[in-house]
Amino acid sequence: MKRLLLVYTLLFFSIAFGLDDLVEFSDPLLRERYDQLTWELRCPKCQNQNLADSNSPISLDLKDEIHHLLERGLSNQEIKSHLTSRYSDFILYRPQVNKTTSILWGSPILILFIGGWLVFRLSRRSNELKQENLKSEMDKQRLKNLLDSGTIE
Amino acid sequence: MNKFAVFAPLALFLGLSMILFLGLDKDPSILPSALVDKEFPEFDLMALDDEHRQITREELLGDVTLVNVWASWCYACSVEHNMLNKLSDRGVKIVGLNYKDQVEDAMLWLENLGDPFVYSVSDIRGRLGLDLGVYGAPETFLVDAQGIIRYRRVGVIDERVWRNEFRDLYAELLVEAQ
Repeated sequence: MKRLLLVYTLLFFSIAFGLDDLVEFSDPLLRERYDQLTWELRCPKCQNQNLADSNSPISLDLKDEIHHLLERGLSNQEIKSHLTSRYSDFILYRPQVNKTTSILWGSPILILFIGGWLVFRLSRRSNELKQENLKSEMDKQRLKNLLDSGTIE
Repeated sequence: MNKFAVFAPLALFLGLSMILFLGLDKDPSILPSALVDKEFPEFDLMALDDEHRQITREELLGDVTLVNVWASWCYACSVEHNMLNKLSDRGVKIVGLNYKDQVEDAMLWLENLGDPFVYSVSDIRGRLGLDLGVYGAPETFLVDAQGIIRYRRVGVIDERVWRNEFRDLYAELLVEAQ
């Protein structure tokens, strides 16, 4: 039990350290936006890491740059375009909607429509089949009646 | 309807495998360039060999220039360096951008390996590097006489790269500049 407690204490301790970033802001709101931006922007060198996660020199530089730009009063959008004009759309983990990304953003909707159409088609077909079955049921019954009565017209 | 149902998955499969197969050829570590056909960014930095000499963007104008991003800590740059020496011997104007380096280390490097640069600017804090979208050395920018970036290469230049990617465009720009 004691050991478990120790483990938990250590765990929470490390989280507390993790949160204690060295960057200081004049306004706590800026920190929030800084966290959001570094979470959303991708490190150009390390492929599958965001800036917040990465310790590579280029990420440190970019975080520093974002810090400066925030303090200078630029909006999130302005900061993003400042950085993409240098590092291209590659660094956006959430790509902007434009001509080149239209397939990316549009394909889920397209697939949804195709799926919906298929479901519609299939359900209509199974309905038709049911109707046909029903018809043949009725024919069978009539045939049986005829055979039972023994008269064929 | 029946034919469609049989061939649609096959067509889908073939289409998808074609796209994925083409994707295999791409190197994911190379970023699309945002700066080609844009102006070389403004800068004001000191010369590597003379801290009193300020160098600005103006000095790039008038000649077709290769701007090579290098650093003494960069192993790939040492691989590339000999090629730069050769290009400089052939009369190509190369400007060095010494990126996030120590001045002493950089000077020692040039002493040992030769200096192919007309001059090198010292970008100790990486400010110009950031404006250029540099994310790893070596990188090379081909800048025309008007100061417009016309080509960018991330990674080492060797004979083959020069022949395939630079030579023709460089010659074209030289003609354009006259």
